[in-house]
Parts: sequence; C-alpha cells; structure tokens
Amino acid sequence: MEAPNHHGAAGAVRPAAVTARGWGWRHAGRAKPAVHALDLDILPGERVLLLGPSGAGKSTLLHALAGVLGDVNDDGEAGDSDESGSLLVDGGSPRGQRGRAGLMQQDPETQVVLSRVGDDVAFGAENLAVPRDAIWTRVHEALADVGLSHLPLDHPTSALSGGQKQRLALAGILAMRPGLILLDEPTANLDPAGVLEVRDAVARCLDKTGATLVVVEHRVSVWKDLVDRIVVLQPGSAADPAVLLDGPPDRVLDEARTMLAAAGVWVPGYVPATRPRAGDARPGAGDLLLAAEKTAVSRERPRRSGFRKIPPVPVQEDITAQVRAGQALAITGPNGAGKSTFALTLAGLLEPVTGKISATTNLSRGAGIDPFRWKAEQLIERIGTVFQEPEHQFVTGRVRDELLFGPRHLGHGEDRVDELLERLRLTPLVDANPYTLSGGEKRRLSVATVLAASPQVLVLDEPTFGQDANTWAELASFLSELLDSGTAVVSVTHDAEFTAALGGTELKLAAAEKVAR
Amino acid sequence: MRGNNALLTRANPLSKLAAVVLITVVLALSIDWVSATVALAFEVLLFPLAGLTLTLLWQRGWPLILAAAVGGWSTSILAPDSGRTLVDVGIWTMSEGSLETGLGFMLRGLAIALPAVLLMSCTDPTDLADALAQKARLPHRFVLGTLAAMRLVGLLAEEWQTIGMARRARGVGSRGSVLQRVKATLGQSFGLLVQAIRRASRLAVTMEARGFGGGTRTWARASTYSVLDAWVLAGGLLMAGLAVVAAVSAGTWNMVWLGS
Repeated sequence: MEAPNHHGAAGAVRPAAVTARGWGWRHAGRAKPAVHALDLDILPGERVLLLGPSGAGKSTLLHALAGVLGDVNDDGEAGDSDESGSLLVDGGSPRGQRGRAGLMQQDPETQVVLSRVGDDVAFGAENLAVPRDAIWTRVHEALADVGLSHLPLDHPTSALSGGQKQRLALAGILAMRPGLILLDEPTANLDPAGVLEVRDAVARCLDKTGATLVVVEHRVSVWKDLVDRIVVLQPGSAADPAVLLDGPPDRVLDEARTMLAAAGVWVPGYVPATRPRAGDARPGAGDLLLAAEKTAVSRERPRRSGFRKIPPVPVQEDITAQVRAGQALAITGPNGAGKSTFALTLAGLLEPVTGKISATTNLSRGAGIDPFRWKAEQLIERIGTVFQEPEHQFVTGRVRDELLFGPRHLGHGEDRVDELLERLRLTPLVDANPYTLSGGEKRRLSVATVLAASPQVLVLDEPTFGQDANTWAELASFLSELLDSGTAVVSVTHDAEFTAALGGTELKLAAAEKVAR
Repeated sequence: MRGNNALLTRANPLSKLAAVVLITVVLALSIDWVSATVALAFEVLLFPLAGLTLTLLWQRGWPLILAAAVGGWSTSILAPDSGRTLVDVGIWTMSEGSLETGLGFMLRGLAIALPAVLLMSCTDPTDLADALAQKARLPHRFVLGTLAAMRLVGLLAEEWQTIGMARRARGVGSRGSVLQRVKATLGQSFGLLVQAIRRASRLAVTMEARGFGGGTRTWARASTYSVLDAWVLAGGLLMAGLAVVAAVSAGTWNMVWLGS
C-alpha cells in the first residue's frame, strides 16, 4: 500500500527539475543538429512555455525530457543519432526514469492506447508496477481531475471527441504521478472549445499537483496566463546560443513582440496583416457556380441488407448554400457538425444522402450537373480540394512532380507550375521529398498542387489548423488574390480571423445531436 | 462485444480458447457429416450463451459461411462418384456419394469456423490480452503491443476512405479500366501504409512515454479463473467427445490423415 496523504493521492507528486548543459541532439540521417548547445535550468514546479520558429528543436527537447528520444524517429527508422552535452531531470538521465515525466503529443488519435477509458488511464500506472488497488484509486482521481469522471470506466475511447481524447491522455499521464508534464502542441488539432477544455484541465491538475510544466505551442494567448516563464529557442547553429530569450511572459512578450511575430509566433492580440480584397466581396456578386439544395450529408455509404439499400444516418441535414465566382464561403460550426463532410460533398467527393449538389453550366462546361459523377480529371480542373492532412494528397516523391501531376493528367497547364512554385515559396524545395517538408511547407505545397490544375472552385478543409502566423498570413493573402482573380474559395474553418480576412458569406452549421459530449 | 452481457462473456478467454481448439482439432481429424452435424448442433445451441444471434452471425461470419457453402458445392460436383447419379450435366455429375462428401465438407467447414465466431463475439480483445499475458505467460510487450496496434487497424478503414477521396481530388481516378483501378488501388495502399507507419511510431512514443517496455509491470485487471471456466472446458470436451462417439457408432468416422 502507498503512504496515506491528505491531499488526495495526487499530493504524492514531487515536482521535477530540469538541467541542460551544452546539450545538443542530431537526428539520425540529418546533417544539422535539431538542438545545439542548449543551456537551461527549470526549477521544480515552474511552468514554462517554449516558443520558437519551426526547426528550433522544441519537440526534440520535449521528447528528450520524456526519455523517448533516439529509439526511432518519426519515419519509424532507427539509426545513428548524436548527443552532446548533458540533459538531466532531477540530476539523472531522463531515459532511466520512466514515469518521472509524462508527454502529450499533437495527434489525439495516437494519444489513446487502449479501447476502454479506464484501461487507458491505468496503462501508465501498470507499467510503473503500481499495486492494483492503488491503480484504480489513481484512475478515478485522474479522471475526476480532467473532468471525465462522468464516463463509465468501460466507455469506448473511440467514441470520444478530440478534446476529450487529449484530456484522457492527460489523465493517463496524471495516473503516473509525474513530476514533469510535457505538452507538445496539445491543442493544435482541436476546435476552440476543445482548446479551452484541455487548457483548463491542465491548469487544474497543475494547481493540484504542483508538477513542473513545459508546453510547446504556437498560440501564446492560450497558455500565457498559465505559465510563469517563456523560453524562446532559435534554430541551431554553432555561433548562437540555443536560448534566445528567457523570462516572465509579459517581459518576454514586450521585449520580443516584433521578433516573435516575425518568427511566426502567435503573440496575444496580434493578427498578421493580410492582403485586402480588391474585388467585389459583397455576398451575391459573381456568377453562380455550384449550389447545394436541402442536402443531407454523411461519410458512410448506403448499407445493403439483402436487396434493400439502407441510407446512412446523416450527420447534418437541410443544408442550402451557393458558391459564386470570386466569392468566399466559410463553413463554420462546432466539431461534429458535419462541416468537412458537407465540404467534401460539395466538392464532388462524397455522394449526398438526400438533396442535391448541382453545378451550373459556368462550372460544368459539358461535364454534367452532378460533380460526384464527374471523372477525376474533369473534377480537378473544376473543383480543387485541399485536405486537412496534406500528406493524404501526396502522390509522388518530389515536390516538382507533385505540382506537375495534375497538369500532366490533363495535358495542359504545365507552364503554370513554375509561377506557383515561386508564388508559394517552394522553388528552393523542388527536389525535396514532400514527406520531409515542415508543416507550413506541406500546407503550401498541398495548396499549390491542387491549384496547378486551375480549378474554378477551391475547397479547403481547416487550412489554418496548427499553422504558424507566417504561413497563416501567406495563405490568407494568397487566397484573397485568388478570389480577386475570380476563383471561388470554400473553407471549412474554426478560425474567425481567417474568415474575416477572406470576407464573403458564412454558413453556420449547428451541432449534430448524435455526437457524444 | 460491447453491450453483450451473455454468460460466456464472463468466462476466462483462455478456457474459451482451449475449448475452441479442442473442438476444431477433433473436427479436423475426420471428413464425415455425422461428427460435423453433432458439433454444429451444439454450437448453435450455444448461441444465446455467447449473446450471438443468426443476424449477428451472418454480419460477422458471412465470408466463412459463403466459403463453406462454395466448398461443399464444388466438392459434391468434383468428388469421385458413387451410388445413384442425381444430376448429370455433361462433365458435371453429382451422385449420392459425392453429395454426401460435399455436404460433409460444408458442414465440417461451418462446424470448424463457428467456434471461432462464437469466441470472438463473447470475448473482449483486452480481456484476451490480459489472459494471454497473465495466465498463459506470453511476453507482455508483445501482447500489449499487438492489442494497441489492433486499435489502430480500426482507424485504418476510415483513413482508407479519406485517402481515396484525397487522391480523387488530385485527379487519380478510381473509376475506369481494370488496369487504372489496380494502379489507383496500389497507390492508395501505399499512402495508407505511410500513414499507418507514422501513426504506429507516434503511438509507440506515447506508450513508451507511459513507461511501457520496462521489466516488471502490474495489471489493473486480474485475469482469473472461476467455476464457469471448468464448465467451459468440460463443455468443449463433451462436444468433441460426443461428435467422435456419434460418428464412430454411425460408422462414418474417417480419419483423413490415415489415408484410405
């Protein structure tokens, strides 16, 4: 049995200290180190927000502190990585102290290990060989701390929303009683409600346990009031120190506001300047291209039962919308409202359950009224769709081939490719493998590849999710230009600033009832 | 499995597994319709205890059922003829003897497949993993790794659909000639593989960060045996035994391995 304590079981947490002395790390197969000569001290119980441009080694540092660095890299390869200097947690190597630190990553789907809520929370405690009775005490307490105690222990983890999954992951970490909590962009894939859900759960747990926190996140305003220190890292080079700035949030933000904003960090109150619309942005202007009439949508296909066809249960019904040339349409609403599903239906990728999607002759140009029936080659020069995850759309092994792919299939438009590469700052990367690009580069590439086929309608699914302020501004300006040149832009988004930058109409979808809360 | 409160869900997965192995091994020994029919009858009687219905069976096990039916049909056409000829269409003949062999083949296929379907419908994968690691002493790293990976397999179906749409949006048609479709499917499979590997390595990091892979671990859920498990084993033994006795006394027992 464990020693009793009066603050609940979580009172047993001993906050961890972090010490880095000239620490550096080079990933296997990379020429440049991800982190170079890092000197950093974090005292027990401190709460640190780690900022810096992409490539500054923030995730690498977090992985190292969690003791999971070096076995495999993100592509699943093991290899010859390089470590220099020392990085210690409580004076010892992080790798030898399983359970001392808990790490939460970005993708909610891979933060869940087991299929039942209770088992998933228990998993870490089991691995630390906590006695059985104590495990369940910890599980109940951790679930209560993250606000999920209303769920039965055998609730399926697959039925949770993104925000709930991240809170579940936090509960799994808390059940290990770690002295150091490491969050690697924990809210990048969540809607605004989910972001606050997770942030508040983290705040409650820290107040209770006093654990040390290191969080990496682009959106400073979310974490600013919760942390007591901001550390800004810069990309590794032999001449410069790894830590660029270090101090209390307000001071760092005051001193480095311009620099941080220039590096793409979302400092509070800062909306990057974007190109204003020059054309007629009033709703109703522009030729009608595409219309949805009383459409019901679902990702599932009709089921067959004997000879009967059973239509799927729609996630959203009765949607009516119009897409006009040179006009932006923003599809907004809470998670699970069927925004993406509707956009994909509008884009001719899913068949509507009921109602219809019809293209006017301005768009169809002889291909027929129903975009879902168009051939793939007909579709891409009429409606282009940019998916939330750029990697889903990569079909070649080289950036240039990726852009040439559409035009080659169509037999025209190859001359446009160089201009697009230049415009989206991809020219230096033409020979790179698309999978090796950074998040922002992947996003720009996925937009460029779809535009290479010169579609009249561009559909984007959460184009700004997880993007830094620079990519954000670039994207918004580019789309505003595209709108002025007569392309219709449909975007599924939670991002009010992005919607405002593009103007046009907003289609608000209400929460669907069947989504579990 | 979820929402299933049938009696057999409470038995230890290992005892269920043992009973299933026992029955399938015995049925694999002989091609005859009597032992298969006896086992099949018992298996159908067990449906309510496993919370299985005919509809659910069809949903989960239709490929097995179809395979058994097709196997039986072709055997009855192709097996050496004996006895009265029943159907004669040119090169296809079906006689009493070949029909009996075919029927035996089909029933046996079903009788061997059904226990597995029964086992799966009343066994939670997590409980099976617990039992394999705690009772059968298989290495926990391997068992839990497989369990976590299986959860990702469910996500792959969703991912497959998304990648299919994402590729159509790039102009890769999944409609068209057979060659085009094959090429599209291969490309899509590659995309899925890449995503699966990325997900798997992120999941591996998650598991490791939760202390997975250390030497000793405890188990939040104890895998235990109860009186029910004795009944399950006895039931398996009884079914296998009765199937053999019935076949031997009917004179149809026919050990495949011993030749004829």
